[in-house]
Amino acid sequence: MRVEVRVFATLRRHLPDLGIGEARVLEVGAGTTLSAIRDGLGLPPDEVRVVIRNHVQADWDDTVEEGDRIAFVPAVAGG
Amino acid sequence: MTRRILRIDMTNRKAAYEPVPEKWGRWAGRGLTSAITAAEVEPTCHPLGPNNKLIIAPGWVTGTPATPSSGRTSFGGKSPLTGTIKESNAGGLSGQKIARLGLAAVILEGQPADGKWFTLVITKDGVKFEDASPLIGNGMYAVDEALWKTYPDTAVIGIGPAGEMKMSNAGVSVNDTENRPGRYAGRGGMGAVMGARGVKAIVVDDTGGPGVEIADQKLFDEGCKKLTEAILEHSLTKKGGGLPSYGTAILINILNEAGGLPTRNFRTGQFEGAAKISGEAIAEVVARRCPDGGAEGTMAHNCHPGCIIKCSNIYPDEHGKHLVSCLEYETDWALGANCGIDDLDYIARMTRECNDIGVDTIESGNTIAIAMEGKLLEFGDGKGALKLFDEIRKGTPLGRILGQGVEATAKAFGVHRVPTVKGQSMPAYEPRAIKGIGVTYATTPMGADHTAGYTIAPEIAGVGGKVDPLSDEGKADLSLTFQAATAFIDSSGYCLFIAFPILDIPKGWAGMAETVAGTTGMKITGEDVVPMGKEILKMERLFNERAGFTAADDRPPEFMRYEKLPPHNVSWTITDEELDRVYAWVHEA
Repeated sequence: MRVEVRVFATLRRHLPDLGIGEARVLEVGAGTTLSAIRDGLGLPPDEVRVVIRNHVQADWDDTVEEGDRIAFVPAVAGG
Repeated sequence: MTRRILRIDMTNRKAAYEPVPEKWGRWAGRGLTSAITAAEVEPTCHPLGPNNKLIIAPGWVTGTPATPSSGRTSFGGKSPLTGTIKESNAGGLSGQKIARLGLAAVILEGQPADGKWFTLVITKDGVKFEDASPLIGNGMYAVDEALWKTYPDTAVIGIGPAGEMKMSNAGVSVNDTENRPGRYAGRGGMGAVMGARGVKAIVVDDTGGPGVEIADQKLFDEGCKKLTEAILEHSLTKKGGGLPSYGTAILINILNEAGGLPTRNFRTGQFEGAAKISGEAIAEVVARRCPDGGAEGTMAHNCHPGCIIKCSNIYPDEHGKHLVSCLEYETDWALGANCGIDDLDYIARMTRECNDIGVDTIESGNTIAIAMEGKLLEFGDGKGALKLFDEIRKGTPLGRILGQGVEATAKAFGVHRVPTVKGQSMPAYEPRAIKGIGVTYATTPMGADHTAGYTIAPEIAGVGGKVDPLSDEGKADLSLTFQAATAFIDSSGYCLFIAFPILDIPKGWAGMAETVAGTTGMKITGEDVVPMGKEILKMERLFNERAGFTAADDRPPEFMRYEKLPPHNVSWTITDEELDRVYAWVHEA
């Protein structure tokens, strides 16, 4: 199945070929977890604070589904 | 030397020092501005009339050496925008200099019967009343520059033309470390309250001042060490972390991804142009226009001396020259996504206009979005939006309406989708998609204000825990806890952004309380933060009740109850009973 992955802010240095807000499309097998996708992209777990799936905060052991939109987020706040 | 209050009577042009009375001895910053407002300002008075006051107070630790990121100044009184009590605080140079003159607060009261304008020059020797007529009509860039020619390296607090015209959206400017008007107590129209006292500017020169007394140096030093370590360890605030690298606009992409970025006057929770106006995009502009650190644009800019977080920036023009400081999340969103504008240069130019004319960027962006909804111009029209600031600056009939903010503009243009609470427009978090912040907007004594109880930390950022933003459950308690802790931090003089490291790192929370205890001699610990914050909230809440506010004013706007917000397709569902629970304790024994 295919999923879209985005990374933001300080995490972008791990995927430097992606423009701001651009998605990488990944082909993954059924039952793939969000933590497995994070690790497969080489994102250090201690740098990823939140994972958002289809606009909702998700858990690391959630499994993905066809067409999911996934975003990895570092520590952010402000305002 | 004990702290004193400087009372400046603009009716009789007299200034006098008073000891801080015992009843106010525990308070500083917001706690003190609210205590004085509650005691001395008749809640039913007209905010622009002779009976309102502008109270200016640094925080408990402001002006002490070594406390990190502690240069905030609180501005309080009754708001012409909301009719409520108001505290709006800013960074810049003023807080530290006022505190180092040994002043707990400056109270501006009365108004000149002859309509004259003054610049007040506050030094260790007292107050000079100078004729401000040469400055009248000038924007704050020119005012700051002119006053530094006579009074270099001073703090300059001032109002632009909007404050002179007593517009409800007029802010109070504080000069930054480069003597530019980038730091604003923007919300609630406190610039009009200052203008109504006949004061164009206040110069603060702390030369020869007594400084801030430290009651317990050992405790103070221990607290400073813990707090500084927490800030420099946290991945958001440390060197190279999210805030210094991208500024607060780091949130644009994240809120867009979470479906909570209000777009085109709160029609949707996502903006197709988000990436183009994001913090990452700002950092790219700075890097491209100011390569190798050359020219004037920069990220990791500190808004006051001693800030170690450095979330500010200087946005450069196409030649690398200073265009505006700072382009932050709220401003970027208000003048960008909320107006459907995806061009950072237009957003930056409008921000400069706001800083010069002296209007709040949040209220201004929302006002333009209302004008767009009312068909005065199209969503996305950056050029047209920029021109509207000329109307405000000149005080044309249209500009006079826009300068009153969202509610007045909505009435003028027949718009019913009005994103306000208690007359103040909502900031950059959609309450239908992030329910806790909606509870804060609805119930804070300040009118819709994200800083009053920033539940975004756990609801979006995973800071201080993790809470489902779409759920209604537990949001009354969550908001109250954040509102109370915020009232304490707003009294400390610390920037609210220390909240992120200290929510995650316990020694930081303890360190903050220890620096306050060490400075003041009060016997307080981290356990006292929320209870003391609630004391401040109670003063503010009771002022509002005496001004005529009831539970019916603690409500989000009607359209958010019946209009579903994409992409989550959710409406406001928290019950009125739940909202009423937030402040039910005020009248309990």
